[in-house]
This record gives sequence, C-alpha cells and structure tokens, in this order.
Amino acid sequence: MPDQRSTLGDCSPQPSEETLIRRIRDGEHDLFYELIRPYERRVYATAFAILRNEADAEDAAQEAVLKAFKHIRQFRAEAKFSTWLTQITLNEARMRKRKQHAHIMEPIVDHQDEEGNYTPRDFADWREIPSETLERKEVREKLANALGLLGDKYREVFVLRDMHHLSIEETAKALGISTSSVKTRLLRARLMLRDLLSPGLDANWSGKLSFAKGTKPW
Amino acid sequence: MVIRCEEVWREISNYVEGDVGSALRAAMEEHLRGCKHCTAVLDGTRNVIQLYGDERMMEVPLGFSRRLQRRVEGNMPGNRRSFLGWMVATAAAVATAGAVELGSAASSRSPEPRSEHAQPGVGVPPDMMVVVSEKGKTFHVPTCTFIHEHTNLRTIAAREAMEDGYVPCVRCMKQYLKQA
Repeated sequence: MPDQRSTLGDCSPQPSEETLIRRIRDGEHDLFYELIRPYERRVYATAFAILRNEADAEDAAQEAVLKAFKHIRQFRAEAKFSTWLTQITLNEARMRKRKQHAHIMEPIVDHQDEEGNYTPRDFADWREIPSETLERKEVREKLANALGLLGDKYREVFVLRDMHHLSIEETAKALGISTSSVKTRLLRARLMLRDLLSPGLDANWSGKLSFAKGTKPW
Repeated sequence: MVIRCEEVWREISNYVEGDVGSALRAAMEEHLRGCKHCTAVLDGTRNVIQLYGDERMMEVPLGFSRRLQRRVEGNMPGNRRSFLGWMVATAAAVATAGAVELGSAASSRSPEPRSEHAQPGVGVPPDMMVVVSEKGKTFHVPTCTFIHEHTNLRTIAAREAMEDGYVPCVRCMKQYLKQA
C-alpha cells in the first residue's frame, strides 16, 4: 500500500524519498542523483563485495545506478527504494562476475555444507576491539581480505546485514532467499570471520593474520 | 534447561540479534558463565559485527561520488540532448572559424586540467574509449605502453575523461595535441 505521507512532503525543503521518486517519474530527472546519493556508498560496497576489484565495482555501481534510473517506473512504492537499488546492484555485479568467469577462483567455504554444524576454533580470549583500530588502513585491509575469503553466498548476506544494516527480512528479499537461509548463512559468516581474524586480532593487533603459510584455520 | 556448547554455537548469532526466546536465552547465559570457549566465541562474534558494521569499512575510491554524479547527469535524457546540441554548435564553429579547439571546448566544462603542463586535446572524438588511472593526469589508448600506473585503471569515453580534467597522452594521443 502506498505511503500516505508521500502527499505531505511537497512543501518541505528536503523532499521525502517518495516525493523525489514521484517527481523524477514526472520528468524532473535532475533530482535522480539526489535520490541515490544517500546510498552511493552502499551501492559501491555491494558491488565490491562481489567483484573484489575497485575498478570493476565502480563500473558496476555506476551501471546499477543508471539501470535504477531507467527502470524507476517499475519501482513499487510498497518496497523500500534502498532494497530495490541493492537488488539491482547485486544483479549487475553478479552478471559481471559471471562474464569474468570469476567462479574459477573457487571460494574457500563453498564446499562446506551450509546446513551442517560449524565448530568455532578454540581461541581462549578475544576482548573487545577498540573502534579506533579501524583508523589503521592495514587493519581495514585485513578485515576486507578476510571477508574476501568467504564464499559469495555468505559474504553477500554478511555485507547486507552487518555492513549495510539491512534487516533480516530486507536481506532475504534483496537476495531472493528465505529468512531462515539468511540466519544460517549469517551465523556461518560471522563465525568464519571470527575464526579467520581471531588468531591475530586483539587490542594490540599487529595487522597480520598469525596463521602460518599452509596452516589455514579452516 | 541445560545446553551443550554446540547448541550455543548454533544459536549465538540469533542470541546477539536478540532473536531467541527467554528460556533459551537464560540457558545460554547460564552456559556462558561457565564456559570460556563459548564466551570467547560470543566475544569474537560481537567484535566481528562491531568492526565490520563501522562506516569506515565502507570506503569508496577517491572521486567516486563526483564520477558517479557526472555519469548520472551525463545520462539524463535532457542532458543528452544538451550534449548533442553542444556538439552541433561546436561543429558549426569549427566549420566557420576553422581554428576552434574541440578539446578546449570540452575542457571548458571542467576548467581545471589535472596537469598544468599538458596541452588540451584538439579534435578528440568524444566517444572514443580511453583508459585513465585514478591518480593519473592523462588518458591513453588501451594498448599504450606509456601508462605508468597499472592499478585502478578505468575505461571511459574521451568526453568523460576530458570533463574529469584528464589530458591526452603525449605518446599515444599525439595526433590530438596542438602542434607548437
């Protein structure tokens, strides 16, 4: 059911999303960038989560945004624009990845059974990491690298839920899977990341994953 | 209710989400009080969520917003018409005056070239696909051996490159440089 608030925002100095969409559909195309601007980081991060390459992710993000404009009339008011835009971005990035034959580089965890139990590694202690740690570029890179080690289906769920803060239901809708699948994959993704990062990640983290070459922790 | 470590692990994500019933929550908390391993798993899971949920983890490349905005605005139906109109006007001016620089016209849309020593292009086909790098100053043909930075290369239209302040490579784009 359309949001009744959409008729109230016309006089507001900052038009609501619904108002923006209606005005764009009515021909005010120059408002489109204003509509997507709050989501541009999310669009890029979604594309990057799949393509793992800055240039490809930027291309895919731009294409996704242009496709959203092209198909803005197909957007249904009962959906959230952000979820719809995320779906378009996912499709664009997945299509590009298929074209690149990126599946040749098989992710490490795709051969594990999604429904099977996962046993977290026994690390005795992992205290709270201060958020200031993220000021260090090498820490952010290590986190990004660990994320890249997950299989697509785990990474996609994790990115949408834990990085973009979509709800479980929105994540399920964006990916076209059930909420129970989202929960299962999310659990697996979180535990795998914890296991990948725990050996070297503490308050004095050196930025190096401590497992030695040839002794992967999975 | 007494539960085992495996059950705690299976529900730990839902526990963090607040998505477990009161009986299960109480049982998990009872278990966690006496189990160092499960407490470490819980702490680790919370750390993962907190670290990755930080906005700093969603970095975008330098200039991403600006390029996206230009791409969006450049693809708006009205702007495409404007660009065609601009092309017609430019072509007419070239025909009559004979000495108008297309590159200069293009660069007037972006008055700050990335290199103050470089020359603007003359007669660069606006739809020709060229290669640029994020931190570079020049645009190239894809096979140019004069591309110094091979990371973050993008293929874009020459028009977009010029609007973004890039100038022609002195090697592979020599024919588009004004002769001294």
